[in-house]
Amino acid sequence: MPQYLLSVHSVEGETREPMTDEEMQQSWKQMQTLNEEMKSAGAWLFGGALHDPETATVVRISDGEVLTTDGPFAESKEHLGGFYIVEADNLDAALAWASKTSAIVRKPIEVRPFRAAES
Amino acid sequence: MRRSPDSARDFDAPPKPDEARVGRIFREESGRSVASLVRVFADIDVAEDAVQEAFAVALRKWPDEGLPPNPGGWITTTARNRAIDRLRRESRRRELLSEVAVLSPGRDDRGVCEEDEPVPDDRLRLMFTCCHPSLATDAQVALTLRLLGGLSTAEVARSFLVSETAMAQRLARAKRKIKAARVPYRVPEDHELPGRLRAVLSTVYLVYNAGSSGAAEPSLCSEAIRLARILATLMPEEPETAGLLALLLLTESRRASRTQPDGSLLVLGEQDRAQWDRDLIAEGHAIVRRCLRRNEPGPYQLQAAINAVHADAATIAQTDWQQIVALYDHLLAIAPTPVVALNRAIAIGEVLGPAAALALVVELDLDNYHAFHATRADLLQRLGCTGEAAAAYERAAALAPTDGERHFLEHGGRASRVTV
Repeated sequence: MPQYLLSVHSVEGETREPMTDEEMQQSWKQMQTLNEEMKSAGAWLFGGALHDPETATVVRISDGEVLTTDGPFAESKEHLGGFYIVEADNLDAALAWASKTSAIVRKPIEVRPFRAAES
Repeated sequence: MRRSPDSARDFDAPPKPDEARVGRIFREESGRSVASLVRVFADIDVAEDAVQEAFAVALRKWPDEGLPPNPGGWITTTARNRAIDRLRRESRRRELLSEVAVLSPGRDDRGVCEEDEPVPDDRLRLMFTCCHPSLATDAQVALTLRLLGGLSTAEVARSFLVSETAMAQRLARAKRKIKAARVPYRVPEDHELPGRLRAVLSTVYLVYNAGSSGAAEPSLCSEAIRLARILATLMPEEPETAGLLALLLLTESRRASRTQPDGSLLVLGEQDRAQWDRDLIAEGHAIVRRCLRRNEPGPYQLQAAINAVHADAATIAQTDWQQIVALYDHLLAIAPTPVVALNRAIAIGEVLGPAAALALVVELDLDNYHAFHATRADLLQRLGCTGEAAAAYERAAALAPTDGERHFLEHGGRASRVTV
């Protein structure tokens, strides 16, 4: 079955109304419910939220040597905040999961198809 | 059906079409064949190439042998057989072929489906695929014209004044996305339908406007009407499909009288109403009346009704402007856009005078829209503010999207009344 990456994008410095503890609780509960829904629908493959981009480390091969550096790979204002990998019949089904996720995290979700594993 | 003098001797011979006629028939029929083959092969490229091959065969055969009894069925069958032959040859597509066998059990044994077998109409699914919101608007329009309208890539490119290479890339990119992301080939479910249908309707409307504004080939107008007809026929339960068709028919009825031989524009008040196409008006009116009886108004139906009122009036002075204002009130309530508000203000100007209209117009946030400044200019002119009017005409001309409109506005709009 086709697999899709649903990625949550955050824009640095884009401040939104800070959530109250109660709202955080509620949002967390909603995420749990959505995870359960994805699992019972057989759509959930993997998912999670990421730490801030400052926690990232980049490894690359330079002149045959492994070079390890601090920081996110791309100096950009947009960062991956978390993602899901879901299985869905088609794009519309994947978009439906993305809409539910976006409604909870209140951030745009990018939906991208994986290349088929076989062939 | 016209016969060539040659075939007139033999009464039993089928009519022999010339190349242009084969092209026309093909354009009429190919959308249905492409749609049907996309369902069978689950691949747009395979369907498109196969129908193209069938066209080549038709061009060779039909002028000699005459038209088959059911040209649409012939195209689908020929294209389907060509596609199967090709897939058999290409071993890397073996898997796809076995999928086809699963999708259409039994047919493969006979090799062909009978020519007169009714071809299921899959055009609606194809329309929703072409107009999927995950595709860019220009890609939606191009795909719809190519796959459903039966235009060649070169024709689509010419229609939008872009190079054939650029158009081919745009189409290829969109088809790649459909395939990679698995944009489904289906009519959306009820809960998704309103939004998705809006995209389909607006694509057809865009095709029409591209043709009528002079931004693209005028032949796009008839393509849009053809697509709107298909939609209205295939989705009779959706009143907005009828609304769009009526709107296009009524707009089309006066298109010829909108431009003078030198390409300059004539506004509604200046047009020779005797030139308006009465057949199109009659058909449009009939649809609007059915919509009114049904009483499930939507933006396209209301715009059609407004155009029906214009078409009814013998002169601009005899237009039932009260009725038009009432229809715009309704339209503004369900589609509150500044452009609708602008058109409503113009109608109010005809009922209450230019001062009332100007008070509404200046409130609108449409500074980059040429019609906003043209309307302002016209109202100012009528109020005797000549200097301000001239400045507004200048601003309008600078923003005008086509030469015809720019020329019209540069000449002070000829103290025009209504810029419909």
